[in-house]
Amino acid sequence: MLKIRNLDAGYGNLRVLKNISLHVDGGEIVTMIGANGAGKTTLLSTVIGLVQPTSGSIAFMDQDCAPLASRHIVASGCVLVPEGRQVFAPMSVEENLILGGYVLQKKEGKAAVYRELKHQYDLFPVLRERRNQLAGTLSGGEQQMLAMGRALMSRPRLVMMDEPSTGLAPLVVRDIFKVIVQLRKEGNTVLLVEQNAKAALSIADRGYVLETGKIIVQGPAEDLLANQDVQRAYLGREKID
Amino acid sequence: MSREDLEQLQLERLQSTLYRVGTHVPFYRKKFAELKIDYDDFKSLADLRRLPFTVKQDLRDNYPYGLFAVPQRDVVRIHSSSGTTGLATVVGYTRNDLKNWSDLVARVLTGAGVTKDDVIQIAFGYGLFTGGFGLHYGAERLGASVIPISAGNTKRQIQIMQDFKTTALVCTPSYALIIADTMMEMGINPSSLSLRVGLFGAEPWSEAMRHEINAKLGIRATDNYGLSEVMGPGVAGECEECNGLHISEDHFLLEVLDPDTLEPVEPGEVGELVVTTLTKEAFPMIRYRTRDLTRLIPEPCACGRTFTRMQRIMGRTDDMLIIKGVNVFPIQIEKVLFEIEGTAPHYQIIIERENHNDKITVLVEVNESLFFDQMKKQRQMVDHIKARLASELGIGVNVKLVEEKTLERSEGKSKRVIDKRKL
Repeated sequence: MLKIRNLDAGYGNLRVLKNISLHVDGGEIVTMIGANGAGKTTLLSTVIGLVQPTSGSIAFMDQDCAPLASRHIVASGCVLVPEGRQVFAPMSVEENLILGGYVLQKKEGKAAVYRELKHQYDLFPVLRERRNQLAGTLSGGEQQMLAMGRALMSRPRLVMMDEPSTGLAPLVVRDIFKVIVQLRKEGNTVLLVEQNAKAALSIADRGYVLETGKIIVQGPAEDLLANQDVQRAYLGREKID
Repeated sequence: MSREDLEQLQLERLQSTLYRVGTHVPFYRKKFAELKIDYDDFKSLADLRRLPFTVKQDLRDNYPYGLFAVPQRDVVRIHSSSGTTGLATVVGYTRNDLKNWSDLVARVLTGAGVTKDDVIQIAFGYGLFTGGFGLHYGAERLGASVIPISAGNTKRQIQIMQDFKTTALVCTPSYALIIADTMMEMGINPSSLSLRVGLFGAEPWSEAMRHEINAKLGIRATDNYGLSEVMGPGVAGECEECNGLHISEDHFLLEVLDPDTLEPVEPGEVGELVVTTLTKEAFPMIRYRTRDLTRLIPEPCACGRTFTRMQRIMGRTDDMLIIKGVNVFPIQIEKVLFEIEGTAPHYQIIIERENHNDKITVLVEVNESLFFDQMKKQRQMVDHIKARLASELGIGVNVKLVEEKTLERSEGKSKRVIDKRKL
């Protein structure tokens, strides 16, 4: 579904991503873990067209997306749930969601948007409860759900999530991750960028470890959980048998 | 998986393997620096050709742990090469390596038609040799019932085969024939056994030997390939078509190169097999020269698997004998002997040098009945074998007939060649 080859990207003279190759197949949860400043957000920004690659290729659904503008990438079914939610604070929950359905409305009309809205309310019942509340007044976890719901409103093929667990209480993180698993069950494909390596690897099929702009290890998520390098660097402990 | 998807996966895995060896293994770090290889600029599988080779001597120079890519505490298993041709070498495995190894051998077993309903007798040596444990893990992973009998004590092997209703046999092909012969001596009809399939490896063998094993044991004999330096068994294995070994290309990158120029041979041509591991953690290998000769089979397999096949090992670049300037492979001699009525599957090749002249003698075991017959028949037999060998090899060969069971038997790898030349 998503295929990245030898991607280099950066800002000015700064080379942030170095020769990144990764792929996401349909129906998978793939996680990209790494510390602050490793280049995780830059990678997602490059895929969605906010940062231009200096070399390498990005193909989504076998189509080269490097020359495409972000709105075309989103229209082709690749969406980003940005770090820090970025919900539209002065608008209501429902208005936020309907905005997310913009692409869908252009393609299939208003009725489709309302059908999808109902689906999001089923997936996130708390959003239905707060449909008329201003997004800025929601709790962190609720805002995260709103950001996810807004992205899903376009009925994407691939959902990319940038650190959905940031700043959330462990219990809330658990709820968010449950929803991600649920999304996969419904046939969605997820690229999950996380610092919370353990939580991400425990729901993912495969993972990549990014360190200072390079992929240093990749493999099935359970292998990465057992990998001593990953344990030392990201899970903060060594496994004691 | 489409070829394109496979290549994406191979590239990703190769890139992280290069990072791993480039940062963790001083030997590769130095080599990369010398050759000015920046693994960050490794863009495609074709770049593989810029990488340095690793040879057996490198393993010996870094004996025992110099090539390990993880600290000792992460290594959960140590094996050693069987040392058929010289000093032993040491290899290590992390927990993930053992898991992948099990999965890959299970894949080979499945390809050969083994299922969890099978009772599998592993007559490979257990111990430092990777064959026994490798097949053992794979069979357990598959859920088959494993009999870890190890090599040796042929009569007991047969007894257990009968009593435990073994359905699958794992050993070297030459040992399979020893078992078959011993069975005959004991007056046991193989068709009274439950045995139906065999997985043979660890030494080169011929198609003729396969037919012999199939006929004598009444089974389907399949070939599988691996070497301890890159993992052990599980690198490649035959499917039920018995027509070439499917390579586990998601874990190993295989090249076939001309052993002299080290350039790739034309697709389908014979050359030396060079292996790069893609997922090994403890002991990654970059372009390991196996010295094994084979060819890749470009045509798709009738079984539907998309992994490329390699032909059974056709010999080794280093057991290739050069006699009077002619390249001779022991396997060629074996092939001829198998085609001749009355010879047993045991033979030995002796090479001597007299007055700067190479002399090759093949000792052939023949059925007892032949020796009670007249001299004339024996001479005819010798002449016949000589003529056949001369036309196969292109050089003259001495042939001596010996009685059955006079040549040394081995329960592991047979020593077929005795080179007395001091070169």
